[in-house]
Amino acid sequence: MTVYKLRTPISEEDVRKLKVNDTIYVTGTIFTARDEAHHRALEFYKEGKDIPLDLQGLAVFHCGPIVKKKDEKWIIVAAGPTTSTRMDLFEDEFIKNFKVRVVIGKGGMGKKTTDAMKKYGAVYGAFTGGAAVLAAKAVKNVKSVEWHDLGMPEAMWVLNVEDFGPLTVAIDTYGNNLFEDVQKSVEEIRQKIYEKLSV
Amino acid sequence: MVDEKAIEDFTVKLLQLAVTELPKDVKAALQRAYCEEKSDAGKTQLKAILDNVNLAEKTRTPMCQDTGVIIFYVKAGTQVENLGKIENALHRATIRATREVPLRPNAVNPLTQKNSGDNTGRFLPFINWEVTSGDTLELTVFPKGGGSENVCALGMLRPGDGVKGLKKFVVDTLIKSGAKPCPPNILGVAVGGGADIAMKLAKKALLKPLDAPNPDPELEKLERELFEAANMTGIGPMGLGGTSTVLGVNIDYAHRHPASYPVAVAFQCWAARRASARIHKDGKVEYLTHKVV
Ligand code: SF4
Repeated sequence: MTVYKLRTPISEEDVRKLKVNDTIYVTGTIFTARDEAHHRALEFYKEGKDIPLDLQGLAVFHCGPIVKKKDEKWIIVAAGPTTSTRMDLFEDEFIKNFKVRVVIGKGGMGKKTTDAMKKYGAVYGAFTGGAAVLAAKAVKNVKSVEWHDLGMPEAMWVLNVEDFGPLTVAIDTYGNNLFEDVQKSVEEIRQKIYEKLSV
Repeated sequence: MVDEKAIEDFTVKLLQLAVTELPKDVKAALQRAYCEEKSDAGKTQLKAILDNVNLAEKTRTPMCQDTGVIIFYVKAGTQVENLGKIENALHRATIRATREVPLRPNAVNPLTQKNSGDNTGRFLPFINWEVTSGDTLELTVFPKGGGSENVCALGMLRPGDGVKGLKKFVVDTLIKSGAKPCPPNILGVAVGGGADIAMKLAKKALLKPLDAPNPDPELEKLERELFEAANMTGIGPMGLGGTSTVLGVNIDYAHRHPASYPVAVAFQCWAARRASARIHKDGKVEYLTHKVV
């Protein structure tokens, strides 16, 4: 296990060095996107319309933050990760079209996304579920909010972060998927547990 | 004398305590899990949890963005004054805490999908009443997160399955839950009674301090056995693999119908938030789960 500090824009080369079980911290620009923002970005891409910012080399964060406005400035109150599997629907296309290099969320993602990460060069960084204060602390300021019409949780919040993490690399560019590995080994041990409990 | 306003004020305080500071038994269990964890990823996650917990406590901010559905357990002596006004006080305290702490509004009408915006609604906050003798009022607040709630399970087993069936059901339910309930978890298990009784007892078992042994030696043994089995799975912190999958297993039971064998498994995530206090007749408040200065 190695600890890496990455700065955005992150290069494909850098991301291809990472392996599952490594820990990463991201500094620079990350943006939140849940189902709606993923959906809209892909629609725009299809129609040839510009999206609000260049996403290449950035990290996308599966998160619906709690944000408040103080003295005309946005402040992130809580920003824990949301369950990533919902975004499996969009993420392969998203990585391919926009070249994000890190996907941050909780719970892991499926085969389609894992394949895209291998092919186009991106990793999945698991952020501790519920660790909202830790996440908020790493956010230095809100750079902008895009597509606010989608509502607070679904909008694209563009954040300036410092040492955002720890993120456990759970899917790497070699096709490894830590969540799936764990599930497999849990299945293998199931019978042993039954025996131990004599059930 | 304890009046309605005093109960309201102290309930707001209890809610704030609960969502910002873990009881010391939970903190100690997380610390122990961190020290004993074998996997690197698991250790990293536990360290992040502990950092997050400390930061939340220091800054008095909710430790998780999901501040849960608000559940109360009230143990009221029959001689407590203003008994009839407690429910009102708890409602108002919930609304105030939602604004003041703040808590995330989590009360949604299941038919219209409309969020009430203040954590109250039909049957919410939910109040579990217990009547005792005497003149003290004991209140527990239990903000219950959704991620761990979504994997709770009820099995209507056959009586012939017996305790073996119970053990298998607990292990299967845990394996199925995987990373979803933000492990490490606390498991509340209950058998008997009926469908509702088993789940009620299982959920209540989540409130039992992790450092208190079960007074029933048979249950204590079963708890140990299931605790070890759960941590053998290797699910680990956040489902990333490791030796700390559960922090504790608490079991309770009720006598059952000869034809039924209900088993309920309730899940609590690492953000095991609860706070209890006792109000005495003279208005003195004694905090049971937290040190309050
Ligand atoms: S399961 Fe618990 S820690 Fe995870 S997001 Fe829900 S309330 Fe927070």
